[in-house]
Amino acid sequence: MRARPKRREGLRALLWLSPWIAGFSIFFAYPLASTVYFSFTNYNMFTLEFVGLDNWRYLLQDDRVWVSAKNTLWLVVFMVPAQVVFSIGVAQLLTKLKTGVGFFRTLFYLPTLVPMVAGTVAFVFLLNPVGPVNQILSWVGIAGPDWFGDPSWSKPSLTALAVWGCGNTMVIFLAALLDVPKHMYEAAAIDGAGAWRQFRSITLPTIAPVLMFSLVTAVIYALQYFTQAMIASRVASGATDSAGSSFTPGYPEGSLLTLPQWFFHAAFRDSNMGYGSVLALLLFATSMIFTLILLRQFRKAEEVHS
Amino acid sequence: MSTTLTAPRRSRALPAPATGARRRRVLHWIATHAIAVALAIMFAGPVVLVGLTALMTDEQALTTNLWPESWNWSNFADVFAKSHLLTWTLNTLMYAGLGTLFMLVSSIPVAYALARFRFRGRKLAFLLVITTMMLPPQVVAVPIYLIWARFGLTETLWPLILPMLLGDAFSIFLLRQFLLTIPREYTDAARVDGCSDFRTLVRVILPMARPAIAAVALFQFFYCWNDYYGPLLYTWINQDNWTLSLGLSTFKAFHSVQWNLTMAATLLVTAPVIIVFFFAQRVFIEGVTLTGVKG
Repeated sequence: MRARPKRREGLRALLWLSPWIAGFSIFFAYPLASTVYFSFTNYNMFTLEFVGLDNWRYLLQDDRVWVSAKNTLWLVVFMVPAQVVFSIGVAQLLTKLKTGVGFFRTLFYLPTLVPMVAGTVAFVFLLNPVGPVNQILSWVGIAGPDWFGDPSWSKPSLTALAVWGCGNTMVIFLAALLDVPKHMYEAAAIDGAGAWRQFRSITLPTIAPVLMFSLVTAVIYALQYFTQAMIASRVASGATDSAGSSFTPGYPEGSLLTLPQWFFHAAFRDSNMGYGSVLALLLFATSMIFTLILLRQFRKAEEVHS
Repeated sequence: MSTTLTAPRRSRALPAPATGARRRRVLHWIATHAIAVALAIMFAGPVVLVGLTALMTDEQALTTNLWPESWNWSNFADVFAKSHLLTWTLNTLMYAGLGTLFMLVSSIPVAYALARFRFRGRKLAFLLVITTMMLPPQVVAVPIYLIWARFGLTETLWPLILPMLLGDAFSIFLLRQFLLTIPREYTDAARVDGCSDFRTLVRVILPMARPAIAAVALFQFFYCWNDYYGPLLYTWINQDNWTLSLGLSTFKAFHSVQWNLTMAATLLVTAPVIIVFFFAQRVFIEGVTLTGVKG
């Protein structure tokens, strides 16, 4: 089959790829270029005025960008590891169970399926100051905080939500753990290696690529964190954001503000699309760093393939 | 390999060095299962508490009681009566249904080309697919919004549905990963028999890729069902075109004292997803595993 001229195969590929090439140009390449252009303008959909670097200068003194950056950093440092470590732990436990594996696996997975909005609304209710969780805590003599109303507890509350819905990561780790050859554990056990030792010198090296992949993906998702934070702020503060009313994201006290939300607010609620474009490019730059790390891993995996 | 040779197999013939080992195994069983049960309570707890609240009366839902005094199944009917849940569901079904259909039509050919054809720029194309998949949608949102504004389609769900005709990066990525696992011999044999590219795709690839296609379709459907950012961006002002996620996000604000109804609505939005999952569990889990990338 190699006899077939490569040129023709290239042309045929081009034909098959054409929908994606069109999509990539219209919905990615062109918008990215015009976002760069808009970032130098003052634009609100009706009037467009070239303002040079004004938007970029404003970026440096915009407090909310720093607040968003700090919140995102918190998510990367606490939420991401919490989710990954918990997923590995649960997956590891599932490999150790002798009975009821199917039942437990399905049960642990189900919360992942709960739509993000539904899950967040439910958690805001469960963690409201007089809600069920605080009620249960009071039985053991703990006075629970106002989770989603207290700036120092709002991010931990969302972390609880993230850990609750860790099913996808768990399933991925479970598959990776089941790929570890059993005989290696048996050999290690005979050599007298304890559970922790076995985990560190057999399990961890084997699942390292999957672990790395999950961590990078989780960081990228943390940079995009939008829905859960916005819903939590909105439901906890009681704001509607229906036409005519105003809602500033980040409640309580900006503790849940993230860059995607601040972008959304600037560009589509304050109709400040020029400055919004600056925020979009900032988001692009930070995501691109981690995407490049991910791409390098893919290239490594591809080389193993072919 | 060497370890299998040197490691003496655990001998079942000999009665285990009696009670010690056996007791340890029993203790191990108890310990792991105790943790599993504790986790099960943790995972199921929120759903149980939400379910109990959904059945309370308006007054009781505001108290700290956890157990309903009376079981008000009519709360679920009230949600339909007091909100536009039906409209939101229909809108969501349109978004998810058409979105999934369009995505399949456009993404399968692209994944096929990326997995089967040898051409210059093939690796680059794949890397670009991953890049667009990982970048936040906000990055290019302003210019795309302006495109749809020019067509007068903002305030509808079409800006979310129509782009699916030009391929979805995540689906292309996932399908390609699966198609790579189909041995080349199959497509080569079809080629020898004189099949065109199109016939090869329809006759050889599609039947073999059925589980992957089902998984991608499910993911897309669930993604649309869950999507909040897209509908918020486009249909925010026009309540007639709201989806379930938009409706649910404002539910509490419009029924501010009625946690019971809000929780009932939450359950109603979640239930279809869970039901679909139980019918397609295996396909789904295999699909998730495929996203985990093995070297």
